[in-house]
Amino acid sequence: MLIDRKKEKVLAIITAPVMLIAIGMIFFYVPQMKGNAGEILDSSFKIFYFHLPIAMVSYLAFTVVFIASIMHLKGNSSKWDIVAHSAAEVGVVFAFLVLVTGSIWAKATWGWYWIWEPRLTTSLALFLVYLAYLMLRQALEEPEKRARLAAVFGIVGFISVPLSFLSIRLWRSAHPLMFGGSSYGSSGGGLEGTSLQLTLAVNMLAFALLFASLLVYRINNEALKEELEEMKYNHS
Amino acid sequence: MAPIDSIISITGLSKSFGRRKALNNINLEIKKGEFVTIFGPNGAGKTTLLKIMSTIINPSRGSILVNGIDAKKHPEKIRGMIGAISHETYLYDELKARENLVFFARMYGIENDNIDSRVDSILKSVNLLQRSDERAGSFSRGMKQRLSIARALLHQPEILLMDEPYTGLDQHAAANFERVLMGTGDSDVTRIMITHNIERAFELCDRMLIMDRGEIRFDKLKTEIESVEEFKEQYLSIVEKDTDAEGISNV
Amino acid sequence: MKKSLYIAAKDLRSEFRTKQMLNSMLIFSLIVIVIFSISFGDVLSQTELVEKLAPGVLWVAFTFAGTLGLSRSFAGEMENGCLEGLKLSPIDRSSIYIGKTISNAILMFIVELLTIPIFIVLFNYNISGIPGLALVIFLGTFGFVSVGTLLSALSASTRAREIMLPVLLLPLIIPVIIPAVMATGTILTDGGIGSIASELRLLVVYDLIFFVVGQLVFEYTVMD
Repeated sequence: MLIDRKKEKVLAIITAPVMLIAIGMIFFYVPQMKGNAGEILDSSFKIFYFHLPIAMVSYLAFTVVFIASIMHLKGNSSKWDIVAHSAAEVGVVFAFLVLVTGSIWAKATWGWYWIWEPRLTTSLALFLVYLAYLMLRQALEEPEKRARLAAVFGIVGFISVPLSFLSIRLWRSAHPLMFGGSSYGSSGGGLEGTSLQLTLAVNMLAFALLFASLLVYRINNEALKEELEEMKYNHS
Repeated sequence: MAPIDSIISITGLSKSFGRRKALNNINLEIKKGEFVTIFGPNGAGKTTLLKIMSTIINPSRGSILVNGIDAKKHPEKIRGMIGAISHETYLYDELKARENLVFFARMYGIENDNIDSRVDSILKSVNLLQRSDERAGSFSRGMKQRLSIARALLHQPEILLMDEPYTGLDQHAAANFERVLMGTGDSDVTRIMITHNIERAFELCDRMLIMDRGEIRFDKLKTEIESVEEFKEQYLSIVEKDTDAEGISNV
Repeated sequence: MKKSLYIAAKDLRSEFRTKQMLNSMLIFSLIVIVIFSISFGDVLSQTELVEKLAPGVLWVAFTFAGTLGLSRSFAGEMENGCLEGLKLSPIDRSSIYIGKTISNAILMFIVELLTIPIFIVLFNYNISGIPGLALVIFLGTFGFVSVGTLLSALSASTRAREIMLPVLLLPLIIPVIIPAVMATGTILTDGGIGSIASELRLLVVYDLIFFVVGQLVFEYTVMD
């Protein structure tokens, strides 16, 4: 199960510079953003370069939980349970960061920290589902049973997320729009120009790498813990 | 491969719960009509073995055939052949005795036309016909046990699995239980019982097993055992080797 | 399928004998309505405001009462090892799930049927569009119960199951509660069934998905 120590290190060593480059690009490379009418947008827009990749990573993490849960129920090996658990933990952290960066951005552009906007609300629902997932794990003592029941919840929880998004969108569109659709309608309202796209791409890569290294570290941690328990058990 | 007169045939059966190995490479053939008792300290894997036979736990490795049917492929067919009695009654307290039996008769797929007569006759045989309109929750421990035997025999199972059926029964109730157990059903019903009650088991059964730490450590026909005392000595010598006081205290 | 109905009938029969769960669900939902009625006491004379509050208040009452009932649904089955007794019988695991879903849904319908008149009295409100409302309540409740029954079985084997169930259940029922509340609101303000088509569609999709997924994964929740 243990992923090669060397690979783990290599991954971390690659991640660090890419992350630095990504941050550097946001502050020094991207030109000043201009809105639709040509006005210079607030520099708060820069948070978008974090916000979107973080959101993507949290979706990715929960997809991993979903797949690992199915694999666990099919094959009943603790390996997949460790993957699901690790991905859920990393995912919850990122889902929380989505809410934080989203609120900061919302405050700067719209003047509110929170609005009941479909994507924001879905992120909240997502965060709550996986917080519940982690709580369920805590409430179960026996490893085999914990893995099995958590996998069931990992599957059902993941399925509810797109439905949440649909229902929230339905809910909000029934009310008058509080803000112009363009400010959050498309991915950031007119993201054009290669420099912007490049910066976004590098940030995506950086966060994907960050996710991969965190996940691998977490899995290795868990695998070591297993091994330790095993040794304790055999010793007693 | 399996002898033709085997009703249950277990090969290379293992079960682990996480790190803990509950059963380790069990091989066991049980003949049709045999009465087998299983002894062993707590945590020896007896209940797990019984639960695997009744297909409510899947083994980690190995296979189990009941009447030639693979438990992995058709578990519900095997469940239909098995009646189970344990220290749990499996009864709904809020339902009347008869309602309990009718419900389980339906679960076992007994045809609607036959249910009433079948329930009546089984209630009669466990001596509860007069009380059949009372709630199961209002019954005494012994009556509940009799009703739960009726529940287990309702569908005329070929195999009867019993997990410590004596628990909570006083002497009178235990005698009653044995009378019903030996009296009902045909003689070719295969009976497998886990118990700590060596004396009673020695009197009733044909074959005695001792399990310890997930393995079968002793397996003899009763005719090969001289006396209860000899068997007890055997038991202690097997269990004592791994000296856990818990095991001995159960004798 | 027939066996599921027998299981549901068995559940309802023993429930009606004690009415323990039904009574506590009813009282709970009544208390929710009363508390809302007290806290909104000032605005109860303004029909427009009541109209805005009504769907939310009703569904909060339904959801809370339903969660209360669900938390006992499998706990009762654990007594005397009854769940094991069911598992020992030659039935599919999914028929246990279907049977329990049916009985839980029926209990909730009864509670809802009795809650609405109380709501009408305490909120001075006249309900219109009964057939549409019944449809929305049916679909919403069925979706709620199909997830709830699965999670009830799941939380029955955890520590502190009474606390665990709402924690697990509430985030997952967001997609059924939102359209149900919206559709109820539209119906109550004299909207026809045609005007809630998209909500109904979402409810049907949710119900179908979770009823099917529930059947598929249920056996893993009751394994030993």
